[in-house]
Order: sequence, then C-alpha cells, then structure tokens
Amino acid sequence: MELTEEEEKSLSGEHGEALQTAYRILSATGEATNAEKLIPIHWAHVSGVNYNTIGDAGEEFLANLSKKAKFKVRTTVNPMGYDKDSVEKFGLDENFVQKQESIRKSYEKMGVTPSFSCIPYEIYDLPQEGTQVSFAESNAAIYANSVGNLKTNKESAFSALASAITGKSPYSDLRKDDSPTMSVAMKISEPNELTFGLLGYFAGKVADKSVAISGVKNLDKRCNKSLCASMGTSGTCGKFVLDDNSNASEKVDFDEKEMQKVYDELNTAESGDLITLGSPQLGLEEMTDLAAMLKGRSFKKRCLIFCPRVIQEQARHLGYAGQLETAGCELLSDCCTCLTPLVTKKDADSVTTNSIKGAYYLKNSNGLDVNLKPLSEIVRDETR
Amino acid sequence: MTEKTIVKGNVTGKVLKSSQPINFLGAIDKKTGSITDKKHDLSGKSIKDTILLFPHGIGSSVGAYTIYSLKSNNVAPLAMACQKVDLTVASGCALANIPFFILSPDEYDNIKDGDEISLG
Repeated sequence: MELTEEEEKSLSGEHGEALQTAYRILSATGEATNAEKLIPIHWAHVSGVNYNTIGDAGEEFLANLSKKAKFKVRTTVNPMGYDKDSVEKFGLDENFVQKQESIRKSYEKMGVTPSFSCIPYEIYDLPQEGTQVSFAESNAAIYANSVGNLKTNKESAFSALASAITGKSPYSDLRKDDSPTMSVAMKISEPNELTFGLLGYFAGKVADKSVAISGVKNLDKRCNKSLCASMGTSGTCGKFVLDDNSNASEKVDFDEKEMQKVYDELNTAESGDLITLGSPQLGLEEMTDLAAMLKGRSFKKRCLIFCPRVIQEQARHLGYAGQLETAGCELLSDCCTCLTPLVTKKDADSVTTNSIKGAYYLKNSNGLDVNLKPLSEIVRDETR
Repeated sequence: MTEKTIVKGNVTGKVLKSSQPINFLGAIDKKTGSITDKKHDLSGKSIKDTILLFPHGIGSSVGAYTIYSLKSNNVAPLAMACQKVDLTVASGCALANIPFFILSPDEYDNIKDGDEISLG
C-alpha cells in the first residue's frame, strides 16, 4: 500500500504514539486487503465498548490511548454493559461498574458521540449515497452497505478505531468492488423476521464478501435488521443485495432442510425462563409495533427490551414506553442482548428471543440455552 | 514460503490446526486461551504458544480485542496463519504484535496438526 509522505511520518511515530498505533493497524489491514492507498472516511462507528467483551486489557489500552488520541471524524459507539439507570437492579460487582465507567470516559475523552447503540443507522440521518464510512459492529456495517447505500468494509473494532483517529481507511474490498460472487435463493414461503435471521446466518456462512439473495421482493425494518445481524455473526460477508437476476457464479438454495439445520444449531430449549428483545437494539418503529401487539396483554415472565437511549426518550414522550412497561417489559438503554452481563446462569437457564445473533452469543458467551421464536409467537405464547 | 505476511515475525512451534473458522469473541476464553465453543473442532484445546492454523476469522468485530487480550494475558498463539484474510484477525494481530501470515492453498493443506514448523 502506497502511503503519502505525511502518512509515512505518522507511521514512523513522528506525530505521536496514538497516530503511529492507528497507522500500524491501517497498514496491516491495507496490506491484508491489497489496498493501493488510504482514502478519507466521513463517519466511524466503533465497537469494543462493553467491559464484558474487551476486559481488563481492552480497558487499559483505551485508557492509555485516550491520553494521546482525538477522534478526527464523527465517531459513534456501540452499546456498553448496562443502563446506568437500572444497574443496581442487576447485582453487577463494583469492579465491573468501575471498569465500564473508565471505558466510557476514555471514549468520551477522545471525542465520541455517546450513542451507545448498535443501530447508528436508525438514530442518525444517513449521509449521501455512496459516502465512505467505517463501521465496526457487523450488523451496522452490513446494514450501511445493503440498505443505507453507504460504503464500508466489515471493519474490526481496531480498524474502525484507527479510522476514527486518522479519518482514513484502506481503499479495498467492498469500498472498491462490492459485486456478489454468490447468490442464495430464498425458498421459504411466508417468512418472518426469524426466518430472515436464519437465512442471514446461512448466507453469512456460505458467502464471501458480498451475496445476492433471490426470491425476496422487499424487507421491512425488523426483517432487515435480523438478516444483517445474523449474517454478521456467522461469517465474513459484509453486504447483501436483493436480486433475482444476479450473475454471481455460484448459486445455492436456502430451503426447509437448510433452515432446519441452522435452527437446530441455535435453538437448544423448548421455552425460556425470561425473554430478551433487541439484538440489534429496537428502533422506534419496532417499539410502537410491539406496544400495539400487546394492547391489553401482559408478559407472564420477565421481558427485557434493549433500545438506544434516544429511542427510549422518544417512546416515553409518545407514551409507548409507558404502555410497554404496563405490559411488564423492562426497558434498557445503552446496552444490548448480545454479550450482556445482565443475563447470566445465575438469572436463568434459558432465554426466549427472536434474535439469531442474540442466540449465538447467549449460548456461546453466556452459556445459556436459547428458545428461538418470532415476535408474533413470543407475544402469543408468553403473554395473557 | 508464505503467500503473504501481514504482521512480520519469525517463529518456530507446534501447529494447532482447525478446519473451522473462528469467532474470537464467542469461541475463546481470553483469560486462558482455550476454545469454549463446544461445536468447534478445537473445543477444549488451548491455543497458547501454538502456531494456530485456521481458515479465517468470522463474526464479531470485537474479536480483535480478544486477540489483544490473549497477548496481554500471555495465552496468545506464537503466530497465526489463515487461508483468507479478515480485518478482525489482521488488526488484532497488528496491535498485539502476533505474527500473522496468509498461506497458499497448497502450503495450507500440507501443514498438519501437530507438525513442528517455522514461519516468517
């Protein structure tokens, strides 16, 4: 990869340790993806905020980095471990809260927009079509490319962080050529958001960087988010296009048999001790939808709803938050189902959710069994 | 001999080879370096001080922090080598200074689990 004179100076440490670290990361990812040069990006979204995922090493790294680094472009952040308004209810130890606060402060010191959300595409206006951004958080990267008409690679926590500090990213992969090399034919009739989650998990496993999906006309927001999140979990794929006439060289079917395989891999319980909704976090549309579905009904079990703070505030203002709480839901902001320290084996053996991404991490990271159901069935079976 | 060096370094060690991709966030204990995903073919094994061969990284972008943590906790592999590049492994190895190589298909196939090899 060719660097400008200034970029070379930064890499050699002439402009300080923070920029040197950032350019070291960009050089490696640039070499790895055969980039010829770095290009400007206009928005970075970083992951690596939850103490549960980055641990002591991550916390120390960020504390150290924040002494020297400032974000050069607008930078939003992923969810952290808890909602400060309700953290006492969950019995997290003091060390967790201290370390999480340190991480939050480090990001704020570097100049972050304190969004603590995995759905930046839903709470901020999107820039003009074709704008180069740098999104870690796989569901957000896939959504930005596939639905938002933006351009990003499926960035890692560090490559997006390096982009935030330098305002640049290697010009390679999906930024340059995003044509699908594989086409997946959707063969399931009457699909819901869970079906699209299962499809995404399958497509993510078989596809490389970009995939065409045939047999799907359009997707509502809930199905889009479900598809993006599960695709980001299972593979390296960073973009999908709905296209019945793709000239991709490889073609595979997603039929009942394939769907059952994915379902059996992730569904390990017949029912859950509690319910979690939101991985990705719910947007306003999903909250109002749910409030309408719950009219006059209430949950028989604990139901945790994860949403961005700004969405919770809007929902409260419009009266939906109150309706959801009346129906027995607990609203949590700044955090998410995925990698949550709030639901552990101490609280439950199994969880009911409609999120494939949530299921994967609840199972693999939290060690819980998962009962997968679409939202309509969750409301039907778990409320009265 | 390697197709491409992403993070430089010379290492000699014993190969731990997987036929499955790795999600560093969901599948590895960053404190011990052991594979916790029960469905993974390396389940229960430790990646500490091995030359870890696997097809490529998948899943969460935060896996890069896991790689950095493995190094900080002294349970990282000596080096990693893949068939295909992904940004999570490339950036994690770059920051943690773990040598990282992309191997040619032939070379990747010829190296077996348990082999003593040198890379770099």
